[in-house]
Amino acid sequence: MTTLTVNGTEYPLDLADPRVTLLDALRDRLDLTGTKKGCDQGACGACTVLSDGRRVLACLTLAAQCDGREITTIEGLESHPMQDAFVRHDAFQCGYCTSGQIMSAVALLGENRAGTDADIREYMSGNLCRCGAYSNIVAAVREVARHA
Amino acid sequence: MREFRYERPTTVAEAIRAVAHDPEADFLAGGTTEVDLMKDGVLHPDLLVDITRLPLRGVRRNGTMLQVGALTTMEELAADHTLAERAPFVVEALLRGASVQLRNMATIGGNLLQRTRCRYFRDPAVPACNKREPGSGCEAVNSVARMHAILGASPACIALHASDLAVPLVALDAVVHIESEEGERLVPLTQFYLMPGETPDRENVLRHGELITAIDIPLPPEGTRSLYLKIRDRASYEFALTSAAVAVIMDGAVIKDARVAMGGIGTIPWRGFEAEEVLREAPATPETFRSAADGTIRDPFLVPGTAFKVELAKRTLIRALTEVTS
Repeated sequence: MTTLTVNGTEYPLDLADPRVTLLDALRDRLDLTGTKKGCDQGACGACTVLSDGRRVLACLTLAAQCDGREITTIEGLESHPMQDAFVRHDAFQCGYCTSGQIMSAVALLGENRAGTDADIREYMSGNLCRCGAYSNIVAAVREVARHA
Repeated sequence: MREFRYERPTTVAEAIRAVAHDPEADFLAGGTTEVDLMKDGVLHPDLLVDITRLPLRGVRRNGTMLQVGALTTMEELAADHTLAERAPFVVEALLRGASVQLRNMATIGGNLLQRTRCRYFRDPAVPACNKREPGSGCEAVNSVARMHAILGASPACIALHASDLAVPLVALDAVVHIESEEGERLVPLTQFYLMPGETPDRENVLRHGELITAIDIPLPPEGTRSLYLKIRDRASYEFALTSAAVAVIMDGAVIKDARVAMGGIGTIPWRGFEAEEVLREAPATPETFRSAADGTIRDPFLVPGTAFKVELAKRTLIRALTEVTS
């Protein structure tokens, strides 16, 4: 039995078949469906979560590798100012990429890389938004970074 | 994804033994290439030996050398102050590759071993790929190609080596530490990769059961100026069409010494020895740079979709040299 620690809660997980990715474990076994499956091949960023505080892609991480790591998903944020800023700046349309965008943006603040709009665009480039809400995403991140 | 067994040994020796004794076993590090290709059915190991918790992480200064543990992540190496000060083009190459999420996962050893982005290699529905199925042919040579190699290619394979990091590292004569049950051996990165020839399935000198444990990066002399220029289809989060890693030591307007390597054009990270010859003790002029570029892009293997890379690569190198010497 593997133990997965997500948002501070420990979940026992049967990984007799180790093909389970962290993304599928979160969504299908732990019912934490806030983390989205976009491309499932490491290209879109929709499945971004934090592992020991660093942003990673849940779709290319095997659940078995996360034993002993602290995983944080969008459900673990508890009304972070970034979520509020995304709402106020209308930083999404369909919303499918949004939890990945927010997890990435929260990590970006911790990395101290939100200095300029160009920096925000560069260091958020691993999160694609097919609706094209980029300018509003940058506005939301900029606002939270300035007040951080 | 085919079924596999998963093991996480606690020592380097155990990990090597586990892989060495199973011909279908593979090491698992960051997983950013491997898990992706396993999902696609391109790779199908029966055993994955997770090495991510082995003590092969961190950067150590050793005289005029940085010794980088193979499991150091791309983001960790990019944050190294000595590297930023002495060889900024390595940091630039790191930060222009992939995204932060991928760089937090991907390791330095794994980066050097990343598989080609050739779409025919990555799609098992395509029957012809000598790299995936030796002897089956090469779809890229006969079909639509663009993100492919023009140097070191052969009619059997034009798959590109897509690493940005490897480009400045071959320029600096980095050295790869390789461990196996027989002990340790050191291989210069310039001799690590194999050109496809008739055997595109063999990409480097690693034998089954051998593990990269560290990479030595010799630091260039103080006063060296370096630059990594990456040309791509979009501003960020994209592989190179062409790239140039250049490092020079200047004496006024004369180039005393130069290191040159190029990415986006070779089946292996391409060291520009001819360009370095041209540049050494030469004035930093457009004529010198053009001649260095002509010397590097010689006898390309072209298909219609890659012909544009000849002039683009030359201009990439000329611009990089112009910027780094001015």
